[in-house]
Amino acid sequence: MSAEPISQFGQSPMRVQKQIQLPFSKAWQISVRSIRIRLARSIITAGGIFLGIAFYSSVRASSLFPIGEGPEAIAEANRQTWLAVMALLVCFVGIMNSMLMSVTERFKEIGTMKCLGALDSFIVKLFFIEASLMGVVASIAGWFAGWLITVTIRLFTDGVRAFGPNFLTGSLIQMVTAVGIGTLITLVAAIPPASRVARMPPAAALRSEI
Amino acid sequence: MAANEYVVRTKGLVKIYTMGDEVLRALNGVDLDIRRGEYISIMGPSGSGKSTLFNAIGGLDRPDEGSVFINDVDMAQLDARELAYLRCHTIGYIFQSFNLIPVMTALENVMLPTVFAGTPTDEGIERAIELLNIVGLGHRLHHRPAQLSGGQQQRVAIARALANHPSIILADEPTGNLDLKTGEEIIALLRRLNKEQGVTVISATHDLKMVDVSDRIVWIRDGKIAKIEERADVEINIGQMEGEEALV
Repeated sequence: MSAEPISQFGQSPMRVQKQIQLPFSKAWQISVRSIRIRLARSIITAGGIFLGIAFYSSVRASSLFPIGEGPEAIAEANRQTWLAVMALLVCFVGIMNSMLMSVTERFKEIGTMKCLGALDSFIVKLFFIEASLMGVVASIAGWFAGWLITVTIRLFTDGVRAFGPNFLTGSLIQMVTAVGIGTLITLVAAIPPASRVARMPPAAALRSEI
Repeated sequence: MAANEYVVRTKGLVKIYTMGDEVLRALNGVDLDIRRGEYISIMGPSGSGKSTLFNAIGGLDRPDEGSVFINDVDMAQLDARELAYLRCHTIGYIFQSFNLIPVMTALENVMLPTVFAGTPTDEGIERAIELLNIVGLGHRLHHRPAQLSGGQQQRVAIARALANHPSIILADEPTGNLDLKTGEEIIALLRRLNKEQGVTVISATHDLKMVDVSDRIVWIRDGKIAKIEERADVEINIGQMEGEEALV
């Protein structure tokens, strides 16, 4: 049935071309612009990531200042581990929340872009680049802020003697972990909803209201 | 060239929505042939299936049964990339709520389809400026949607719909969010573009002002085509709208 109207004209069906895949550089360009043109909103979202990681990092930085040996030290180490886990949970919820919000409020925009000819994969690419950029930048800033606060406080209360032997390597490891965690959570929060909406029929994406 | 006479054809379109136990047949067997260059209005009360038909013709939603042919190509046979090409190059969409990207300027909004089409930036800008001039917004290139009136936003949306030289413009209640006078201006603009650029205009509406400019009016009710009128026939009746009023 579906093929009949073509054949009844006695003509082979016209072919539709395939939409071109835009290069990665174009996606990068659009993503960077997208962050910049909604700068205020981007800063608020990044602020959520920043605060979460800053909290986590400030707690972790305490371990850079060892407090000797004995049962007291073990208890303190346990307390710090527990605090770090709690901090991680808080930061997880915080980042998840701000990222989900910032993607959800753009569902309609995703639907519109699909109507204008954007491929699903391109939309996911856009959100991947945007989320990675915001995740990395906000996490680095957050790590540094949290680290700086703890180090400054220790410096004033305990003086230079308090610095552990592995201060520099320890700091570096903590930075890498914090940025890794921050970026990962950002991506986990942003990509699944964005790709779900990108795969929807445009009509459904356009209907979504928040 | 008989095959080219119809730009859109639908065959037995059915779309079913289920809400809990209730089954709603938003489209219940719609057969419609739309000629190239026509200005056609799909009229009907809200909930009659206008928007569902709009979405099906535009490839924005898949019908449950039946098929839509655009330029004799069955849309159901297209893969995602071919469908994206169709949305980008063949069809231009206009919505009741404009659906402009709020953070972009008028120029950037109109340019966006050319970006997806892979047009070089300079050409895209040139095209966007040309189109914004055509719709009478040459002096508002760098304004954001929030800085424009409803009528102006819809003009930007019309310019955007034309960006990649589509053969079809699909409009879903284009005057629905506009006051009477602005709505008339938008209708006149669509009609002008239809005549000057030869683009087929398909408009879902319950705005009776549309009757004046349409070549044909498709009255839709409860997911079915109630009747199709040629403009000549309507003009005879235009003085006595009571009959239609009851339908609308």
